[in-house]
Amino acid sequence: MDDTDKLIINVLQKGFPICESPYRQVAEQIGITEDQLLSRLQTLLDDGVLSRFGPMYHAEQMGGALTLAALKVPEERFEEVAEIVNGFPEVAHNYARNHTLNMWFVLATERPEQVESAIEQIERQTGLPVYNMPKIREYYVGLQLEV
Amino acid sequence: MQIDAIDRQIIHATQAGLPLVAEPYQAIAEQLGLTAPEVMRRMVNMQESGVIRRIAAVPNHYKIGYCYNGMTVWDVEDEHVHSLGQRVAELPFVSHCYQRPRHLPDWPYNLFAMVHAKTEQDAERQIAVIAELLGDDVRRHAVLYSSKILKKTGLRIAG
Repeated sequence: MDDTDKLIINVLQKGFPICESPYRQVAEQIGITEDQLLSRLQTLLDDGVLSRFGPMYHAEQMGGALTLAALKVPEERFEEVAEIVNGFPEVAHNYARNHTLNMWFVLATERPEQVESAIEQIERQTGLPVYNMPKIREYYVGLQLEV
Repeated sequence: MQIDAIDRQIIHATQAGLPLVAEPYQAIAEQLGLTAPEVMRRMVNMQESGVIRRIAAVPNHYKIGYCYNGMTVWDVEDEHVHSLGQRVAELPFVSHCYQRPRHLPDWPYNLFAMVHAKTEQDAERQIAVIAELLGDDVRRHAVLYSSKILKKTGLRIAG
């Protein structure tokens, strides 16, 4: 990853235009060609430096729901349970964390009632109770990490 | 915003990512049998109404050097949690901050703040700043560092 890659990551975390040739517009801003931007972006995605590039959809704003939930997974079952949880399309993110509640995932669904049904299915398939922690209030969401 | 069937098709076509071609909105339009101006107009509407938070790159924290991603959780007085949450959220290094329900007895925490740092020292410095801001209102706290990203796809609607 060189300075141009870092610039691409920093610029593209902030946003991306909706216009006929958006990559050309961003490439000009960065000072590279459109082809260079497209090929570097492809490499950053292939290498996993970027998890994703595109629209970030907000479940609640489209009439759906979001929640944060956690599981206490016995260490010897961790991989098996991760596979079950990750298999749900409703699971948008899942992280291992250093706590007895060691698996934390975000459920994002198109319709509100799908959250409850996903939780029930995860409990049934894993045999573990899900600690559901839907937000009561949101104070700030604005993650942008400078490279 | 009430999304309609065509918005939904656009969401489905782009939720995994925007096409990496010179005219991505044209490519989406062709795939869905729409025109590029129609796709762009609808995406602008969705962005303005918040259905699209933004169109952006999502980095893997670890791969760009942020190895200390801590979910800091705090057990604070319910009467003060709202004002404290607002103040914690103003700290420049806090990316997300939420009030969430406790699960007593094993989960007493009601205020969550995410921090991201390149070194453990930086992370601990950030956590110390939050602790100082919360002061005597904190009964106890914990920091849950992520040890592995198990999945990171974002919202997926069914086809």
